[in-house]
Amino acid sequence: MKFTWFNLMPWPYLPDDFREKNRSVWVDIDQKLFDPVKSHEVYNTYMDLLEYADTLGFDGVGVNEHHQNGYGIMPSPNIIAAGLARRTKDAAIVVLGNSIALYNPPVRVAEEFAMLDCISGGRLVAGFPVGTSMDTNYCYGQIPSLTREKYQEAHDLIIKAWTTREPFAFNGRYNKLRHVNIWPRPIQQPHPPVHIPGGGSVETYDFCIDNTYSYSYLSFSGYLRAQALMNGYWKRVEERGVDKSPYRAGFAQTILVADTDEEAERLYSEHVSYFYNRCLHVYPGFADAPGYRTIKTIQTGALSQYAPPRGGYTQLTWKELTEQGHVIAGSPETVRQRMEDLIKGLNVGNIFCLMHVGNMPADKCMYSTKLFAEKVMPKLRNMFPDWDADNRFWTTPLDKRVSSGRLPKEAPTAADLAKTYALEAGE
Amino acid sequence: MIELKTVQTRHVPVRYFEGGTGPDLVYLHGAGGVTAEDPFLGALAAGHHVYAPLVPGYGDSEEAPEIRDMLDFTLHTWDVVEALGLKDPILVGHSMGGMIAAEMAAVAPNDVSRLALIAPAGLWDDDHPVPDLFATLPFEMPALLFHDAAAGAAMMTAGRNVEDPGFLQAYLVTNARQLGMAGRILFPIPERGLAQRLYRIKARTILVWGDSDKLIPPVYAHAFKKGIAGAQLVSIPEAGHMVIVEQTAAVVEAIGRLG
Repeated sequence: MKFTWFNLMPWPYLPDDFREKNRSVWVDIDQKLFDPVKSHEVYNTYMDLLEYADTLGFDGVGVNEHHQNGYGIMPSPNIIAAGLARRTKDAAIVVLGNSIALYNPPVRVAEEFAMLDCISGGRLVAGFPVGTSMDTNYCYGQIPSLTREKYQEAHDLIIKAWTTREPFAFNGRYNKLRHVNIWPRPIQQPHPPVHIPGGGSVETYDFCIDNTYSYSYLSFSGYLRAQALMNGYWKRVEERGVDKSPYRAGFAQTILVADTDEEAERLYSEHVSYFYNRCLHVYPGFADAPGYRTIKTIQTGALSQYAPPRGGYTQLTWKELTEQGHVIAGSPETVRQRMEDLIKGLNVGNIFCLMHVGNMPADKCMYSTKLFAEKVMPKLRNMFPDWDADNRFWTTPLDKRVSSGRLPKEAPTAADLAKTYALEAGE
Repeated sequence: MIELKTVQTRHVPVRYFEGGTGPDLVYLHGAGGVTAEDPFLGALAAGHHVYAPLVPGYGDSEEAPEIRDMLDFTLHTWDVVEALGLKDPILVGHSMGGMIAAEMAAVAPNDVSRLALIAPAGLWDDDHPVPDLFATLPFEMPALLFHDAAAGAAMMTAGRNVEDPGFLQAYLVTNARQLGMAGRILFPIPERGLAQRLYRIKARTILVWGDSDKLIPPVYAHAFKKGIAGAQLVSIPEAGHMVIVEQTAAVVEAIGRLG
């Protein structure tokens, strides 16, 4: 099993009446609600928490990309990942990911991901989402019905840039580049493992299967509602005649651990409510630009997870959120049981643990994270013994790695240098 | 009698409505599409031989993934005119169709002598941003499109059973096909450089605008008038962007001035 500690980085200061007074948390969210001064502490706390997860033995730390979004203040995940690459030691740096259709040219992603892989010593997991319609179409102006074609071209260009050892010309429809020759290139060969976040587009299943990429379902509605979609994926895997390694799939799940179920509710319910009732308040007009999803996908009945539920929004309670599986919360034993159901039910080897939720303060987040790492994670380690050796979807770091803080405390004196270099010269 | 027919072009078979007698007239529909029952088509057909091709993906027509940008749309529509065997028809376009018609007249100024642009898209003015049609929910549309929003809403929902479980999916598929295609020239800003080409238009041009157009406000009428030499503006009261259905007779009368 691979557990990645994930933080969406929500803005924690949305007002109580946010939903009533604002039409959307995304795209046209009120500028006045962001306070740059407060964000200084927010960002640093969030990065501290990601670093903390590394010290507890999580397999990965995860970041993602959203734009003009009140629940994800990370338009550039690579900036956060760069900090993590320096300040963490063992965890994979899971960037899930860069919306590659948005970069001009996408070679930029090949370069930045290569830098992250080099700095981290081969710890990068590279995510290539198409990007939500909110981000891709409404914020970044991509034409909805051409987004997938542009995405595909960006993907092909990045992989070619990573794997070609001499300069080449790339004559794409969206990218005309006479001299592609990225410098640096990634440590991991032939390239870092690739995860593709998807939301039920059937074309994405085949894309993952064809390229041996892991399919990640990043839903906020929990594992019970994900069953149908993941069944569709595994059915396709079977049809295509490839193995059913659980590492072909990933799933995001909000997880909150306390000593007891009651304590979990007492400690976390307000933060869960903040996330589900405030942060996910997206204006339906931004949920799904016409042409963004393919006809085939619409016909399978997969509605955007950002579309409002039939009958409109209601206030979701702790009871509903936990019982319906949006959130897995409770004592270590409760959480273990439900995680086991999730892992077995969905057959997923990669879990993106959403362990910071809404406006949760750092102390509660550390408490829950530590309990999960110490009392839950070890018991879930051995879920797929047959697939232990499957490393196609995870990182292959260097054995000997360095991290920040390696310089001597004091600068050497002239005498030190004379000694060091004289010796070398004499040898 | 308006009939639905098919004509082959290089890209795809194109579906078009044909009917009426009189001078040849090609009508290019807006982003909402056009149907055989459209009263505007019927009114045009009273005095013209009307051809109204559907943009690929509209109605039951085949999609054309290779038509991606403004030049593709413009040349494709010229291909349709050619395939229909028409020479210098009266060229009429509403909204998105007006944008395409203006582009056609600009790229081939010697092939269009009579042009009618009804609330055309294609220009942009920072001081008067066009509302984002692609972020507008169905229930918000009538207020944007009609002078009389209540009557417009009734018109838009007529014959539709919104309670039907299949309705939503069919609606989403239609939207994805139609507005997905329209988005290629209208999203996220309905401007693809027409302003710098308007000067090429040689056609006698009539601009038709509803006084209370809230989607493309009448200030744009003046920008078009300024850009096209000799263009005549016909402003129509008590009409919004859907002036073709709210004041059908007045629009047809204005087009009639082209002869």
